[in-house]
Amino acid sequence: MADGQVVKRAKYKSSVKGPGVPGVLKMTQDKFVFMPNDPTSSARLNVEFRLIKGHKFTKEGPNKQALLNLAQDQGGNYIFEFDNFSDRDVCREFTARALAMSGESGKADSERSAVTIQDEQLSTAEMERRIKLLQEDSELQKLHKQFVIGGVLTEAEFWATRKKLLDGDAGRMPKQRVGLKSAMLWDVKPSADGKSNRVTLNLTPEIVHQIFAEKPAVHQAFLNFVPSKMTEKDFWTKYSKAEYFLRSKNAVAAAAEAAEDEELAIFFKHDDVLLNEARRKIRRVDPTLDMEADEGDDYMHLPDHGLPHVGSKDAMDSQYEQYRRSLSQSLNRHAEVVLEGRAINMELGDTRAVAEALARLKQVQLANEASHGNNNQQRLVRISRMAEIEDLQAPRDLPFAPLCIKDPREYFDSQQANALKALGDTLAATKQMKCRLSTSEAYRSLREFISEVKVAGLGDPIVKPEVTIKVLNGLTQSISSTKYHLGKNPQESVLDRLPSMTKEELLHHWTSIQELLKHFWSSYPITTTHLYTKVSRLKDAMSQIYPKLQEIKESVQSDFRHQVSLLVQPMLQTILVQALDAAFAHYDADLQKRSSAKSGERPNGFV
Amino acid sequence: MLLFLVIFDSVIADDVSLLMVLVDTNPFFWSTTNNALSFSKFLSHVLAFLNSTLLLNQLNQVVVIATGFNSCDYVYDSSSNSVAPNQRTERLLQKLEEFVIKDEQLSKEESADGIGSSLLSGSLSMALCYIQRVFRSGPLHPQPRILCLHGSPDGPQQYVAIMNAIFSAQRSMVPIDSCVIGAQHSAFLQQASYITGGVYLKPQQLDGLFQYLATVFATDLHSRNFLQLPKPVGVDFRASCFCHKNTIDMGYICSVCLSIFCKHHKKCSTCGSVFGQAQTNAPSTSKQKRKSPDT
Repeated sequence: MADGQVVKRAKYKSSVKGPGVPGVLKMTQDKFVFMPNDPTSSARLNVEFRLIKGHKFTKEGPNKQALLNLAQDQGGNYIFEFDNFSDRDVCREFTARALAMSGESGKADSERSAVTIQDEQLSTAEMERRIKLLQEDSELQKLHKQFVIGGVLTEAEFWATRKKLLDGDAGRMPKQRVGLKSAMLWDVKPSADGKSNRVTLNLTPEIVHQIFAEKPAVHQAFLNFVPSKMTEKDFWTKYSKAEYFLRSKNAVAAAAEAAEDEELAIFFKHDDVLLNEARRKIRRVDPTLDMEADEGDDYMHLPDHGLPHVGSKDAMDSQYEQYRRSLSQSLNRHAEVVLEGRAINMELGDTRAVAEALARLKQVQLANEASHGNNNQQRLVRISRMAEIEDLQAPRDLPFAPLCIKDPREYFDSQQANALKALGDTLAATKQMKCRLSTSEAYRSLREFISEVKVAGLGDPIVKPEVTIKVLNGLTQSISSTKYHLGKNPQESVLDRLPSMTKEELLHHWTSIQELLKHFWSSYPITTTHLYTKVSRLKDAMSQIYPKLQEIKESVQSDFRHQVSLLVQPMLQTILVQALDAAFAHYDADLQKRSSAKSGERPNGFV
Repeated sequence: MLLFLVIFDSVIADDVSLLMVLVDTNPFFWSTTNNALSFSKFLSHVLAFLNSTLLLNQLNQVVVIATGFNSCDYVYDSSSNSVAPNQRTERLLQKLEEFVIKDEQLSKEESADGIGSSLLSGSLSMALCYIQRVFRSGPLHPQPRILCLHGSPDGPQQYVAIMNAIFSAQRSMVPIDSCVIGAQHSAFLQQASYITGGVYLKPQQLDGLFQYLATVFATDLHSRNFLQLPKPVGVDFRASCFCHKNTIDMGYICSVCLSIFCKHHKKCSTCGSVFGQAQTNAPSTSKQKRKSPDT
């Protein structure tokens, strides 16, 4: 609706059966208003479309009411009866559009209209993509709600940092083409009415396309005969006849029929085009493939893979051979065509056009294959490579550069020195002092120690009680301290111990702060007044986060308060606050510079 | 009778230990310790610990391996019948003295530079060999574990051998406990205990060594499940760069030999691979985007 509103005469009904109140229904972009003809009636309505969940309507029919039913969010219904169906349809379309509009904005935010005023023009595709992203990512949606609707960021600013997300999403939507049906032509059952001997075969453009794709001979015949030799109708009649004979497995009758009519015979003969194609494909098979050798891998040693052979019941003369087709043949052909997919992309209305398009496509394919002309050459190379006997080949020396590895000791020696260095100078000094030792002296002293034990025995007591208590205390302390070391274990995060509400809240604050900081720093250096206002807006939003974090800390139960403060404190003190403080400091410094610049007779607004 | 056998069976599977004790007998280390713990005191602590281990369970078994400067050897095996129980200490000390004399004869140099390192890799291998023999002795064997009483600094040249021993211990599920009595932590033993699930301890009060041994290392493997034993506060997995031996969080790694460097080199100093140019033109484009203000 170009003018953005629709006014129609309608009756408002509280139920389908009810008589209804006559009046005027007026629909605008975001709401619809119903004014009853009788001004005293209480049935006036003024409902916004975002409260409407969906709409239903009655089918068009000669003695049916033209109804439009708008289902409300909370469960109620608004039913309108129109004078005629055209009126109804206009309203229905308008409603659908309005619902789509309010739906996309309503899902992400309910009162976006205040913000989107200065929004740039967006294509609906772009809009949809954003909405889809918001719907898929609840976190993003939360951020969007908080900042865009809260007025901290504009829609464009918010999405500017997520261009990649949008682009990536666009790339992910390839246009999908509908392929061919996997149902076989077989399934097109001819319908026979019991009385006469007439058999009817319904051919739709879809089926015709499939026939052309699966049976190149028919396709060829169509191109040759229609419309020069016979009409399209005749052609299909003949085809159906042939199909019918084949299907009834009456090879003798088919042969007789074919003898009479040479055009009909075409449909019975084995498809030459198919055969050629098969031969070409066989040429592309790996020449070293040995099917006989692989026969043992066959899951069933039955012809036709255990499918009941169509013509096996009656042993027939070879002269009728060409009038038979095995099921597996047609299955394979069908599968091939379906896998190839729909090659042409056009309306299937005109049979002739379809046939020609297919023919063109085939020619292109053939030409392509011919251009890769040296197939034979490749084949030969492949054979010679595959048939090569390993033992007779010269060893293939790969060129490589020898590795020269340094003595690893060098590294570890220096490591040792490093470790000693770390222990402090005192130790290094003592080490220097006792650097040189005589071997014999050292061993003598060791032997003396041993004999000392021999003479003196183990000593009683081995350990003094006061030392023991020290040792035990020390051990207990170190054990208990490692046990309650919080957050050091990467497997269990402190966050997991918190109530899920608090955890989510903390994580949300975390992401929102990151979002704000990202925008904050990306707007420096401030070159326009727009950036300036943006920064001040961001600054205000950031300053609100301090009390919120404090709130979280106070809100949690006392059991967790310690842990939360353990978590929030460093979060507050180190990472976030530092980042925020840095941002504020920068802001203040910039402000000062700015004001001094202004005092220096700069024109206002010029920065 | 049958019942008794069943009980016996479960008993031997649960809490009978085979304790392999590796005693550091590096003469240079022992002659330089600052009297906090002399070798004689150390021996008396260890001997008392061994005795108490044997008393904890009748079926417990203790093997002592001396980790010398030039060689290693079995010094004591409680399962051998030649030793009468009441002559344990005498026998052990006698063997230890013999070992020290033999070890001295093997030394080639008159004097040593610094403390040097004892042959930890050798004694670890001997312990593991012994354990493998026990494993093959039959279905009923005591639960083995290795206790390293070590004081000498790590010998970098033994790195590969020690790591191999650690991994084979890990494979055969033998925990390596370490009690470091030297001045500094031993990176090798830290890793050994970490990888094999043993306990690493560096006692602060060396004169209370026996108490540490009895409290931390005396319990059998089954009982360990119920105990809270000391754990290392953290294992430092950070690597050191090969060029300046600094410990770094982030660095460059040679794609050929995995050598670590703290800054970009044109050529790997370890294996000689030549590196390509690093891509550095990305940030320059973003800089051009926004001009700086002319205030």
